[in-house]
Amino acid sequence: MDRRALLTAALSVPALAAAGRVWSAPASDQRLLVVFLRGGYDAMNVVIPTGSDFYYEARPTLRIARPDPANLASALPLDSDWSLHPALRETIYPLWQKQQIAFVPFAGPDDLSRSHFETQDTIELGQPVNGSRNYRSGFMNRLNAQMAGGRPISFTAQPTLAFDGPRVVANIAMESVGKPGVDDRRSKLIEDMYRGQTLASAVSAGFDVRTKAYETLSGEMIAANRNAVSASGFELAARRIARLMRDEYNLAFVDVGGWDTHVNQGAATGVLADRIGALGRGLAGFASDLGPDIWAKTTVIVISEFGRTFRENGDKGTDHGHGSVYWVLGGSVKGGRIAGQQVALTPDKLNEKRDLPVLTDYRALIGGVAGRLYGLDGQRLSTVFPSVHASDLGLV
Amino acid sequence: MDQTPIGKLRRAAVMLGFLALVVPIAAVAQPASPRTLALVDRITWGKTSASVHNATDMGADRWLKSQLRPPAQSTLPPEVQARIDLMRISTEPMERLAVAMDAQNKAAGQIQTPPERQAAQQAYQRAMADLKHQAASRSLLRDLYSPDQLREQMTWFWVNHFSVQADKRDIRAMIGDYEDQAIRPHALGKFRDLLGAAALHPAMLRYLDNDQNAVGHLNENYAREILELHTLGVGSGYSQKDVEEMARVLTGVGVSLSPDAPKLKPDQQPLYVRRGLLEFNPARHDFGPKVLLGEPVTGSGLGELDQALDRLARAPATARHISTKLALYFTGQAPPKLVERMSKTFLRTDGDIAKVLETLFGSEEFQASLGKRTKDPIHFAVSAVRLAYDGQTIANTAPIENWLGRMGQGLYGRETPDGYPLEDTAWTGPGQLATLFDVAQQIGSNPSGLFKPEGLNTVDAPAFPQLQNALFYSSTQAQLGAQTRTALAQAKSLAEWNSLYLSSPEFLHR
Repeated sequence: MDRRALLTAALSVPALAAAGRVWSAPASDQRLLVVFLRGGYDAMNVVIPTGSDFYYEARPTLRIARPDPANLASALPLDSDWSLHPALRETIYPLWQKQQIAFVPFAGPDDLSRSHFETQDTIELGQPVNGSRNYRSGFMNRLNAQMAGGRPISFTAQPTLAFDGPRVVANIAMESVGKPGVDDRRSKLIEDMYRGQTLASAVSAGFDVRTKAYETLSGEMIAANRNAVSASGFELAARRIARLMRDEYNLAFVDVGGWDTHVNQGAATGVLADRIGALGRGLAGFASDLGPDIWAKTTVIVISEFGRTFRENGDKGTDHGHGSVYWVLGGSVKGGRIAGQQVALTPDKLNEKRDLPVLTDYRALIGGVAGRLYGLDGQRLSTVFPSVHASDLGLV
Repeated sequence: MDQTPIGKLRRAAVMLGFLALVVPIAAVAQPASPRTLALVDRITWGKTSASVHNATDMGADRWLKSQLRPPAQSTLPPEVQARIDLMRISTEPMERLAVAMDAQNKAAGQIQTPPERQAAQQAYQRAMADLKHQAASRSLLRDLYSPDQLREQMTWFWVNHFSVQADKRDIRAMIGDYEDQAIRPHALGKFRDLLGAAALHPAMLRYLDNDQNAVGHLNENYAREILELHTLGVGSGYSQKDVEEMARVLTGVGVSLSPDAPKLKPDQQPLYVRRGLLEFNPARHDFGPKVLLGEPVTGSGLGELDQALDRLARAPATARHISTKLALYFTGQAPPKLVERMSKTFLRTDGDIAKVLETLFGSEEFQASLGKRTKDPIHFAVSAVRLAYDGQTIANTAPIENWLGRMGQGLYGRETPDGYPLEDTAWTGPGQLATLFDVAQQIGSNPSGLFKPEGLNTVDAPAFPQLQNALFYSSTQAQLGAQTRTALAQAKSLAEWNSLYLSSPEFLHR
């Protein structure tokens, strides 16, 4: 059904999360960052099934060579079946060797629309696909309501559906933090005008988050002048996020776009390699800027709305598919392994003859991680993700 | 803020002048009814004295009808029309522009010496950026000054519905034509005409990679978005198979910058089509039988696409999808009963957009929503400039383009093909409001470059934002809430008063 048509219909449905927080789970010093790769990243060319001959047949121009120490363009071995894209050699591969990252293949939602927008909504809402949806209730807002001492933030230019809900969650784009233009006196006057109105808490939260971000980052901005190389793009954003998550925020969402590679996506080098390289630098920079103590209390989950077609298309690219490969990383993550259920990648095992089946539901995965991090029991988790059982993959 | 002595003097003079002026104008201006004010604010890009007087003089109903059926040519203020006429996008047809830009790019790439090559490539990039800026500028000037405001609002709506990101490949050379020739003429016309014009425009074919979709090299990107975003809507019942069949219908539909036709077998030559840059190349088309939405596609060559678009444009799911988006755009909601009535009109009138809007504007749901929408960034920025310089035309739209970019809603800037969201909640996140208040302060405090003509060494025309104008005193002031009055009373300067007023809940809503 159409998202927009549901907006009004949803108002009459009992709100999923409105039941509120009667009891809070025990407080925790854990931080969780969800990274959403929007556009459907081509997981099969990033976490690569190098053990599958079918992969090499299905991707004549996109395939990445099997691990070969003599070939810098070859994949980096993970286990006997899987390898990592060479653009992640300096950033993510060391985390694998330190067993701080696990990959979960065959992961995703049960939404088969293969629409970017529909599937992103599905994931962010975290509600059953076939029920009527409440578009004002994202899973991260519900998670925040169930955990104790949540200090949520969305590092996005636009509010994200995942954080929609009864509690207003501040959003801020990390690439463009600057000195606030409106001074304190005027901020107060503006807040006065909105007092008691619908936007009141959003107005206050907006001034507040900007001040915090500017004050936290102003040191970095001065320090940056002394650095020979200054980060840009996602790496800059991720390093700044680390600064803010050290002290201010513990439940966060960020999105990274540009993964919809229908045409000329490249192989060991090229468009996708550049994107994935930047993502790796960002995540490694995030870990390093948090520092080892905080990194040990931080978990990052990398998700995307769908995987892409297992076979390459006619334009040296890939089209919309289904199952993806999610990442779970952090200083205390039990990594260095491929987690979750798997099947051999042969033509007869593909979903609808075109893409990966989903064997690990994204809600079971995220719910399992969040449950462990924040000590949430089954009842709390079922408020975050109704009608799905969290599966504990033993990642944290 | 302008802190030079001259700036201070000018502000002081403006304040004095304003104090002397307001009382007589307020005395003669006929106060508009709150309903008319709210209607004007919703149908236009923001109220001005002229639009309010117009609606009051004609009566709301007649005014609304005239907005729904505007003359083919809108009359802009002569100095604005003259500026548009001088633009390169007005004097050179798109076909020539795209070919010329392509030649310039290739020539730059062939220069042997690196510094000169770099300079030539930079010049190419500047020229492309300028073409996109011209398109944005023409669009904003029409939003600001066309008397046919509803057409301009609908032009934005459809450009957003058939969204294209200009920065991909050479689309910057095409984007002005896309808006002006494919979208705007049909903005209040028949949906089928609009769909056909958008679907076959080179900008769209480039953006969704269809120029690379060929038999044996299927690329389903565009096919999926036509079904999902442009017509039926997601979840309306089409299948993955329909997407693939639509992709096959679209094979061979592409863009050619070459003056020559490709070499074709004799039996294929009659099927070759070339209209401007649009090319249908039968050698790249899949002529096998196709079934779309349960029925065969029987045409041949490009005729298949016409048939498929006919079927899509007239499908009940399309009527519902378009009606839902129109209702959202104009009321912020899409109540099922209203959407149902609009869909019926859509199907009865063969997709007459003005008729569907008539059903919407005549509804109780629409009336009840007046004054309750939050402005998205473009409605905020355009309405602020319209009101602040009521009757005085600006010389430069670049500051507005920058504000829109900062607020995350730049023209032709949406990266994904779904277009910018239409829901209020998409624009009222805390971070977005903080940015919007920054922009409000800039618009309220000084002319911000709006009166500096383009080009080197130009001089600003004297101007200052005048939000305490006749319209304010005759109509708006009485509607301010107590909290807003209290805050405004604490303003220490006219600039601060302006900034606060533009940041107020009353101004933010429409």
